[in-house]
Amino acid sequence: MNLEVRPKVAAVDAPVTESPRRVLPPLPPTRPGMDLIEALRGALGALAANKLRAMLTALGIFIGVAAVIATVAVGAGARDQVLRQIQALGANVIVVWGGSVNMGGVRLGAGQRQNLTWDDARAIEGEIGAVQAASGNIRSSQQVIAGNQNWATSVQGSDPEIFAVHDWAAERGRLFTPEEAAGGRKVALLGATVAEMLFGDADPVGQEIRIRTTPFEVIGVLARKGQNAQGQDLDDAVFIPFWTARRSIMGASRTWFRSVNWIAVRVHEGEDMRAAEEELRTLFRQRHRVAANEADTVSIRNMAEVAATRDASARTLSTLLAAVAAVSLLVGGIGVMNIMLVSVTERTREIGLRLAVGARRRDILRQFLLEAVLLALLGGAAGVAAGIGLSHLLSGLAGWPVLIQWDAVALAVGVSGLTGLFFGFWPARRAARLDPIQALRTE
Amino acid sequence: MPALIEAVGLTRHYPAGDGVVAALQDVTLSIAPGAFVAAMGPSGSGKSTFLNIVGCLDRPTRGTYRLVGEDTASLSPDRLAELRSRRLGFVFQSFNLLPRVDALANVELPMIYRGLPRRARRDRAADALALVGLADRMHHRPTQLSGGQQQRVAIARALVNGPDLLLADEPTGALDSRTGLEIMALFQALNRAGVAVLMVTHDPDVADFAARTLRFRDGRLVSDKVHAPRDAALALSEMRQEQAA
Repeated sequence: MNLEVRPKVAAVDAPVTESPRRVLPPLPPTRPGMDLIEALRGALGALAANKLRAMLTALGIFIGVAAVIATVAVGAGARDQVLRQIQALGANVIVVWGGSVNMGGVRLGAGQRQNLTWDDARAIEGEIGAVQAASGNIRSSQQVIAGNQNWATSVQGSDPEIFAVHDWAAERGRLFTPEEAAGGRKVALLGATVAEMLFGDADPVGQEIRIRTTPFEVIGVLARKGQNAQGQDLDDAVFIPFWTARRSIMGASRTWFRSVNWIAVRVHEGEDMRAAEEELRTLFRQRHRVAANEADTVSIRNMAEVAATRDASARTLSTLLAAVAAVSLLVGGIGVMNIMLVSVTERTREIGLRLAVGARRRDILRQFLLEAVLLALLGGAAGVAAGIGLSHLLSGLAGWPVLIQWDAVALAVGVSGLTGLFFGFWPARRAARLDPIQALRTE
Repeated sequence: MPALIEAVGLTRHYPAGDGVVAALQDVTLSIAPGAFVAAMGPSGSGKSTFLNIVGCLDRPTRGTYRLVGEDTASLSPDRLAELRSRRLGFVFQSFNLLPRVDALANVELPMIYRGLPRRARRDRAADALALVGLADRMHHRPTQLSGGQQQRVAIARALVNGPDLLLADEPTGALDSRTGLEIMALFQALNRAGVAVLMVTHDPDVADFAARTLRFRDGRLVSDKVHAPRDAALALSEMRQEQAA
């Protein structure tokens, strides 16, 4: 038998001497206990030994975290959209549309009845104290020409109050004055998109455009407003004074020269929107002489309320999905606990051996706890990736607005780690408390 | 210098059904550093219970046990673990190697709980494997090793923390007689180099290789004899000659 070893190791065949010697040089003094890196290596090794099982176990947490990430992204996207919508149209805005037309039982929907007039807008401003400004508006699709460029866009004829109602400002040039509006002057304000399409980088202010065949002077470009909730580009429009529109573009053939499509109303800051809406309703019932038992002739929409409703429904959906996610995490956690208990049972002998060679209870506890946390974290990390992927898929395919919330991502990973810690504790404790003799005897 | 093992009136009772089973009764003995002791007896004689108490895996119901002067009765499980780590090395009948990792990592295991840094661990594990003649098998997994080689890995693992005492529970029980002789020769060589060995066996031929034999029956120590050990290396070469002839 060859017992020859490297020089630094004492040869075992050496003759017996007085004092007992060691076959290996003495160990340097150390602090007993397993270091974290070693525990991590052990946990990874144990998971790698049962890859499929680890993956299936992590699936519950994976789904939970993916659901949380996607849910929060969709919820945040919806809220962001609502906010943008309010910003684009202005808060405290109430919109009045014409009523529905009932033609032999076929109801054509809001705005089809031409029963709103420019005088209604003035009456609103004059008679309701809470109202700051009101604008009558008409709109139609027209081809707009500038030089050798042309662009089909929406031309909106509005009172100058429209800018106050929606909080719109001119980025370049100026807004049209009450005199220009009353005088039916041929002045136009361009939306940012239209300005870009017709003039590129050049400054359109002072330039001439033609709507149909009528020449207009561009007096300004509106600040960019973005899209509304329906994804419509609010900057793809040309704004001209209402009476100019009636006389030059959309008026001549219409029966009701003074009629408007809709009236946009701004209520003073701090006023009760519901009360203002009620006053508007009463006013129209009086002006249209609606009998007490008859339905309203106009349709009144409170933008803030629409936004709030949307926000509330988005929040309900979020809460619901968050509950699903929580249940999934719980189930995932129980799965982790289950598999850790199986793992402890399977490795009872190994635990006995580790205890015999000097592992302390806390070393065993730490090892199994780390394994559970790692398992949950891997599920969580994969869930984050899938959640982000799902969010992008939803925004790409379904067109939902989504916004990844990084604090929610961090929270989800943290919670999955805590799930592992919580559900891994009991199995790990069980492992640590094993009796080494019994454990070593286990087959 | 204190005795390696000092047992006085060692008694261990286990609850069983309505009453108790006395696995060990009133065992008093002392073992000097560097001794090679065999504990014999039929199953249920108390030899394994004795080994477990000596190995700090179990504590006596009555009596005192001192390991190198340290009374184990008052120690917490974690303090006992530290004592095992510092003083003892275990060798089992069924080797008890971790199947997923190679020989080197198996030998490293006890040093992990000593808090030794990785590099130092690997060097020392390699030295221990060389010491048991497995320098060329360091990266083999247990399944790629023969029974004798696996037991050598287990012995290297038991030695690596520099123990005062090697505790072996039927170390040759799962091996053929020739491999068993090789393991005995290794034990004797290690013992000559200063490591005390306490070996539990039911085989009188194996006990002959020790220098002292304890016999247990019904939980009691019935005989304690010091004798001249048989030389395992010699027995091994005789066996080789026999087989060659």
